[in-house]
Amino acid sequence: MIEHHLPALLVVVPLVAAVVTALIRHGIAAYVTTLVASWTLPVMALMLLGQVLDGGEVSYALGDWAPPVGIEYRVDGANAPLLVLVAAMAALVATYAPRSVASEIDIGRRGWFYTMFLLCVAGLLGIAITADAFNAFVFLEISSLATYVLIALGRDRRALLAAYQYLILGTIGATLYVVGVGLIFVMTGSLNMGDVAARLAGIENTRPIFAALAFITVGISLKLALFPLHVWLPNAYAFAPSMATAFLASTATKVAVYLLLRFLFSLFGTDFVFVQHPITPILLALSLAAMFAASFVAVFQEDIKRMLAYSSVAQIGYITLGVALATQTGLTGAMVHVLNHALIKGALFLAVGCIVYRTGVFRIDQLAGIGRTMPVTMAAFVIAGLGLIGVPGTVGFVSKWYLVAAALEQGWWWLALAIVASSLIAVVYVGRIVEIAWFREPSSRVRAGKRLPIEMIAVTWVMAGATIYFGLDAEFTAGLAGRAADTLLAGLAGPG
Amino acid sequence: MSQVAELLPLYNYWITIFLMISGLYIVVARGNMVKKLVGLSLFQTSVYLLYLSPGKILGGTPPIIAEGFEVYSAPLPHVLILTAIVVGVATLALGLALIVRINEAFGTIEEDELFDRDDDDA
Amino acid sequence: MRLDVIVRVTTKFFLPFMLLFALYVQLHGDFGPGGGFQAGVITAATVILYAIIFGLAPTMRLVPPIVVESMVPLGVLIFLGVGIAGFVTGDNYLNYSHLAHDQVHGQELGVMLVEAGVLVTVCGTMIAIFYTFADRGRS
Repeated sequence: MIEHHLPALLVVVPLVAAVVTALIRHGIAAYVTTLVASWTLPVMALMLLGQVLDGGEVSYALGDWAPPVGIEYRVDGANAPLLVLVAAMAALVATYAPRSVASEIDIGRRGWFYTMFLLCVAGLLGIAITADAFNAFVFLEISSLATYVLIALGRDRRALLAAYQYLILGTIGATLYVVGVGLIFVMTGSLNMGDVAARLAGIENTRPIFAALAFITVGISLKLALFPLHVWLPNAYAFAPSMATAFLASTATKVAVYLLLRFLFSLFGTDFVFVQHPITPILLALSLAAMFAASFVAVFQEDIKRMLAYSSVAQIGYITLGVALATQTGLTGAMVHVLNHALIKGALFLAVGCIVYRTGVFRIDQLAGIGRTMPVTMAAFVIAGLGLIGVPGTVGFVSKWYLVAAALEQGWWWLALAIVASSLIAVVYVGRIVEIAWFREPSSRVRAGKRLPIEMIAVTWVMAGATIYFGLDAEFTAGLAGRAADTLLAGLAGPG
Repeated sequence: MSQVAELLPLYNYWITIFLMISGLYIVVARGNMVKKLVGLSLFQTSVYLLYLSPGKILGGTPPIIAEGFEVYSAPLPHVLILTAIVVGVATLALGLALIVRINEAFGTIEEDELFDRDDDDA
Repeated sequence: MRLDVIVRVTTKFFLPFMLLFALYVQLHGDFGPGGGFQAGVITAATVILYAIIFGLAPTMRLVPPIVVESMVPLGVLIFLGVGIAGFVTGDNYLNYSHLAHDQVHGQELGVMLVEAGVLVTVCGTMIAIFYTFADRGRS
């Protein structure tokens, strides 16, 4: 019985937990509710993944109103891995959280922090699971509003400015998305993604459809921080609380990538988007700009969180590169990098959270010698950093392999060289951290410090270990990604 | 010439475009944070018009199943816009709350002054 | 003679009618413009008008902040509860059909309960925002 209701439960459980946390404002009870709710999520998501791997797609009609009349939640090969990713990250970050949150947020606000965290999780899961375009907007705004609050609760007063900037840009992005959905609604009369895909085939005047494609792509690109619409990301990641940054870096932009893929491939169709209109050159140019410019800027950053944020922008460039290539290999590379980058960045930001917890320091020059005082944490940082570069044996290598293979399939040697060249820039900024951490004398700020709680270091090592494990045995993640690519390229046959 | 004459009576779409552009312009051009939020609200209002205008059929009524009511105007856009209005109100409330806190923390809500103080911190 | 006596006396007449209008708007949501969000805002406007005329302290005695802050999640809980009631009766989430003896009445009851939840949350949110910012800048 529960198996049938899993799609709805995946969104309802964090919502109920968020409401309960808002009612009991007491810090510890709020945390326990968050933890319990977060750990049910990966269980449910894995069960859904099992259902999808067994029998194809799962469709759930809200209120028993059959699609296309009603809102439909659909889980297929493309979003089942993403649901598992978001749910697993929510559970891991919730386990990591209590003392990190306690050290960064005042006691009066902790209950609200957990409420907003659960609302963000509910919103992200909702975006990933819904098959209704307007419902996706609603969940997009739920998760975004919760994210703005999560960022604003950071310690530095500039967190408020970062949250405001993200609010303005994020709302513009969501509104552009809703304009696009409105144009589609006017032209086809439906909001269900499968139904729209079926109806778009019969439309002759395609100019509003192309306008809708443009609006939706730009709107979602603001959310996924595609260069040059990435301006909000460095500030948001640098000033948010550590646990929030770790969660957002691994999930928020990835879910936006999924939404873009769903619209480009399932709704508009590969033929319309990539053959009839010049999306590929545009996306390719922007992805290359992101990969090089953002990696380059990351080298010169003073603040370690900001450096990792710019690195995120660059990695998102790799993902959109795979999308621009629009072949089976390219899309597999994009999807597998979605999963792998989430693991890598999650591990990196969790390690930085450990550093901030123990020493309160996040400027790179003040981190001198930290490799000797916090060897375990820094080892996890370096392992994840190797994944950023793409060293064989880490997950980063798997994604770069697929992307290079996709570029070579098209015969674009220069693109494969560009991918390798930008990975070399990552060597510079990761190497800089290694040099400062191990080859300098520990400063006084780094020597002192509280004991690192066991849950923080354990979760960091689980994530770092995952980057090695899935790098060596890539069959699970690459298989899921390949299946997702196949599902996306096949398009949506119809509702239900 | 006849194309212009065809486009002129579609004044609700012209208003939509005007609101959208002016809202975006205000967000970009004004440095005061409250004014930016006003521009954002204006931009979102244009979207409501965009959904509602195609739904109205001249001579249409609400969907009532009774004698004499044949042509219905589309009721679905109204429901969608109600949701969008609530989202807009929530965003506006959150933005204004952030501005109050920024004013308390920094003492100003003008962007250029904030940039100067920001550089001192960093 | 205090000039605000006129305002006080006239507003006191208005307030019950505003609340009545809010109730009307709430219950006529399916037949005309209205529903939970609009009714919630009108109710909150009534309380805020009372606060503007009579001061913040009497309003906080009338509608305590703790009540207001609990209203926000409570309304959402009502909405979620109606949805989960769909689970219990064996249908999908948010299916109202089996809440009453037949489908038409079930849908009506479901929509009414859901709108009541929306009213509670919206009213609580608006008043809570007002309370949070109304006495800043006084100290």
